[in-house]
Amino acid sequence: MNFKHKYLFLLPGLLVLLGILIFPIGFTVRLSLSSWDSFFPGLDFIGLENYIRLFTDDLRFWEAFLRLSFLSITTVFLQYVIGFSLALMVWKEIRFQRFFRVLFLIPMMTTPVIMTVIWRTFFHESLGPVNDFFSLFGVTPLWLSDEHLALVTVIIVEVWQWTPFMFLLLLAGLLSLPKEPFLAASIDGAGPIRKFVYVTFPLMAPISIGAIIIRLIEASKIMDTVYVLTSGGPGTATETSSFYIFIKGLREFQFGYSAALSFTYLIIMIISLTIIAKVLVKLMIRSN
Amino acid sequence: MRLVYVTLKYLAVCLWSMFVIAPFLWALSTSFKDFNSVTGGATYIPWVDFEPSLEGWRVLLRSPAQGGVNIVEPYFNSIFVTCSASLISIILGTLAAYALSRFTFKAGFVKNNDITFFFISQRIMPPIVLSIPFFIMLGKLGLLDSLMGLIVVYIVLLMPIAVWIMVDFFNKVPKEIDETALIDGCNPYQAFYKVVLPNSIPGLIVAGLFCMIFGWTDFFFAFILTFTEVQLLPVAIVALNSSITPWWSLSAAALVCVAPLIVVAFIVERYLSKGNLSGALK
Repeated sequence: MNFKHKYLFLLPGLLVLLGILIFPIGFTVRLSLSSWDSFFPGLDFIGLENYIRLFTDDLRFWEAFLRLSFLSITTVFLQYVIGFSLALMVWKEIRFQRFFRVLFLIPMMTTPVIMTVIWRTFFHESLGPVNDFFSLFGVTPLWLSDEHLALVTVIIVEVWQWTPFMFLLLLAGLLSLPKEPFLAASIDGAGPIRKFVYVTFPLMAPISIGAIIIRLIEASKIMDTVYVLTSGGPGTATETSSFYIFIKGLREFQFGYSAALSFTYLIIMIISLTIIAKVLVKLMIRSN
Repeated sequence: MRLVYVTLKYLAVCLWSMFVIAPFLWALSTSFKDFNSVTGGATYIPWVDFEPSLEGWRVLLRSPAQGGVNIVEPYFNSIFVTCSASLISIILGTLAAYALSRFTFKAGFVKNNDITFFFISQRIMPPIVLSIPFFIMLGKLGLLDSLMGLIVVYIVLLMPIAVWIMVDFFNKVPKEIDETALIDGCNPYQAFYKVVLPNSIPGLIVAGLFCMIFGWTDFFFAFILTFTEVQLLPVAIVALNSSITPWWSLSAAALVCVAPLIVVAFIVERYLSKGNLSGALK
């Protein structure tokens, strides 16, 4: 094949992506070394001052980061367990199979912020159906204004929204599995639980790892849900990294400082996701 | 034993279904309420619990000057931006994916897998990191608060998805078909266009659906990069939320916005059952 042509296929996409991205990333790095804010808009050079402030004098950022880690790990774990169970349930014979499959996919097709607006009315503390139900037992939990419960509410909404994505990837995986190992297990007289532990789960390990990592990447950006549901509140109880950077950058207009935050956040994200991916691969492949 | 197992399975499936449907039913019921039936506490069934009113739906069709809610224009904006950005991403992404799947590239230590990873890894980038430079960059180019600016930004969001799905897909299309086409006298472009593309339609559809989903449901960039001139649907609806909250029109608007992509769930399920998706999603 003529090798001159291969660049004509690759380059348009690559150049467009690079062209759109190079400036923002370079600019973020440069901006993080400046004190650009609403009083002094301009690119001066203040060295690493922003980074020093970030590492020595900004507990709120690190709290937000811990909260984000907790949120992403919890939600992705729940999504994986629920998504895998649902996929297993509608994998084989079940009545109304197609109906359930479509239904389980629907939440991921809906716009997260818009469903969150609905969830806000759903969890409304005096007018919503959830507390209408709980009031039967004489309690009215503060779903959105109690600092611990607000986090639970965010988790519930995230699980509702994104379990379907896990379900989709895992069901697609289940449907592509070869039949022979299952036949062999049946001949050996394995029951459904042993079949799952010794056949299905190991076969699904690579797909599971992929699905978990994709979801972790997406979950690490949680921001829309928090913005609409609680605006990071009460206080800073549900503030995630993205949301904190958003407040510093586009509410308080501390562009320089928020660029330093963004860049640090990006680096931490890349490093931790790489480590998590490596650990997951080790854990799940060894369990075979 | 088997009976217990089957009962539990149906119970679990039905419970989850109720959880999935609950917010939709609540929104549907709320959209027919008026001021009194919303502020009087939670009510559910029309005619029994409350007297239904069509106010929430009528407001959607009125212009803002008459006290209506402006969602018709944002609706068309959303469709235009999503479709244009998806189309551009699919075209560029498919070409790049084809190159990465068929040819070998080598520039120093950078090889095919590294280029593929570069494309896909853009999904790791948190939107907030790009938002401030994009804000300044589009401002300088005069593209802030315009549909063009949003399309440019959405290409960055969507192209990685297109490349991710299409590379996997092309890897499963046998190489022999392009080789046969080349031997038959096609040049590489004809081979791609006349032979490989027609064999890749399932992959293209899946990639297109995913681009549409992620484009249509994005809120953050539309929220930051537009103000008054153009508004996308999610932004328009969230803006309703911050005012005095007329729950009835809010619910009606939310349902109208969410409806078109629910059709996508049916199409995705079709592909899933036929086994076409497992090749495209890995």
